Amino acid sequence: MVSFKQRDIISIRHFNREELLYILELTKRMEQSSFSDLLKGKVLASLFFEPSTRTRLSFESAMKRLGGMVIGFAESGVTSVAKGESLRDSVKIIEGYCDILLLRHYLEGSAQLAADVVTVPVINAGDGANQHPTQTFLDLYTIQKTKGALEGLTVGFLGDLKHGRTVHSLAYALSYFDAEMFFISPSSLRMPADCMEELQNRNVKCHETESLTGISKQLDVIYCTRIQKERFADAVEFEKVSGTYRLNKAMLEDIGIKKDLKILHPLPRVDEMDESLDNTDYAVYFNQARNGIPVRKALLAAVLGVIE
Amino acid sequence: MKHMDVSAIKDGSVIDHIDSKSTLKVADILNIQNEEQVVLVGVNLTSKFLGKKGIIKIGGKIIDQQEVNKIALIAPNASVNIIKDYEVVKKFKIAVPDVIEGIVKCFNPNCVSNHHAAGTKFHVINKNPIKLRCHYCERVMNSKDIVLT
Repeated sequence: MVSFKQRDIISIRHFNREELLYILELTKRMEQSSFSDLLKGKVLASLFFEPSTRTRLSFESAMKRLGGMVIGFAESGVTSVAKGESLRDSVKIIEGYCDILLLRHYLEGSAQLAADVVTVPVINAGDGANQHPTQTFLDLYTIQKTKGALEGLTVGFLGDLKHGRTVHSLAYALSYFDAEMFFISPSSLRMPADCMEELQNRNVKCHETESLTGISKQLDVIYCTRIQKERFADAVEFEKVSGTYRLNKAMLEDIGIKKDLKILHPLPRVDEMDESLDNTDYAVYFNQARNGIPVRKALLAAVLGVIE
Repeated sequence: MKHMDVSAIKDGSVIDHIDSKSTLKVADILNIQNEEQVVLVGVNLTSKFLGKKGIIKIGGKIIDQQEVNKIALIAPNASVNIIKDYEVVKKFKIAVPDVIEGIVKCFNPNCVSNHHAAGTKFHVINKNPIKLRCHYCERVMNSKDIVLT
C-alpha cells in the first residue's frame, strides 16, 4: 500500500507510477472537501533562500487552509546564513521548531542534503536547476484534469529545455504514462543528453526539433517555458535565443492544432505566450497555478500522515 | 619454464588486468612514489581478454578497501592478488560498489557537495562503462568526468 508518511519529497525520480497517481487522487479529494482542521497544531518551516512567488505563497496558503501554521523566511539575508551559518546547521536548528520543512535553495542537491541531516520530512521547493517535484505533481494534475487522463498523450515541450527543471521532471514523470514527446527548442537550449538518454532507456518515443510547424497537429499538450535569462552567464548568448518562440492564437491556428489542445506554462512568462491566448480554451496555465493549492495540500497531508 | 614480463614479489599486492591506458592512474591511486619496498609497473602486456593490459606489483603492501573502490572506477576489469611468501593467498575481482562515498568529486560547480562540506556520494547507474549519479544534484558523470578526491 502506498504511504507518504514522513517521506521526503526531493525528486520526482524517487516516485513510481502508483505513487504519482496516489497523490493525484488525494489532490482530487482536496478539491472536493476543505479539510480545514486536518493540520491543526502542525507547523511548516518555509525556508526560501531564493526568491519565489507562486511556490512559497501556495505552500503557505495550503498549510493555513488545512489549519496549520507557517514560520520561515522569504530571503536568507535576514537569517544567520548572513552571518556565515552553514545550510546543514540552519536546517538542524530549524527542525526543532517545526513538523515539516520546505526548502528552496540556489544550490543543486541542497534539499537532499537537508533531508539527510534532519529527522522531520523535507519538501524540495526547488534546488537550483535540478528538481522542483511539487511543480511536477501540479503539472500532472493539470494535464489529467484537463485532458481526462494521462495515458498515451502526445506532449510538446517548448522553449528553454536545457535549463528548465520543470521540463526534465515532467518528461520523466510522463514516461510512466506511455507519452510520446516532442522537444522543441533552439539548438543551444536542447534537452540535456543525460535526460534524453534516460527517456530513451525508458522506451519513450522522443523527437527533437527546432520548430512547431509540421508537428503542431499531433500535440495534445504544449508545455511552454520561459527562456531563463538568469541561467545565462553571457548576455550575448541570451540575446541570440531570446524571443525565439512567441505563441499566439492566430499563429497556432494558422499552423494547425488540435481543437482540444491544452497549453501549460509553469509561469512567470515573458514574451513566449501572447495574451491573445489567455481567454481561449487552449490556455490552462492560470488554472495550473491555482492547482498548486490542492496539490500542495495533498502533499502536506500525506507527508504529515494525517490522511490515507 | 614460464616467462614472466614482470618479476614476482615475495609479499604484497598485485593488481592485474588493468586496462593498459589506465595503469598509471591506478599507480597514482596507490601512491606508489611513497612506497619504500619494490614496486613493479608493467604496461602494454599481452592479455587474452583486454588485448593489452597493465599490471602493478607492490611489495609489502596490502591494498585497502578505499583504494579498491577507487581502482574500480578507473579499471573495472582489474583483479587483485594478495601475495605471501611468493604464493597467492587471496584473489578477487575488483567489484564496483552500488554506492560510492567520499572518493569522487562532483563535476557540477553548483552542486551542494562542492559548497557545504556535505561529503560526496554517488549512485552507480552503470558499472562498465562507469556511470555515476550524484546523490545530491542528480547529475550523471561518465568515466571521463570522474575526478578522484
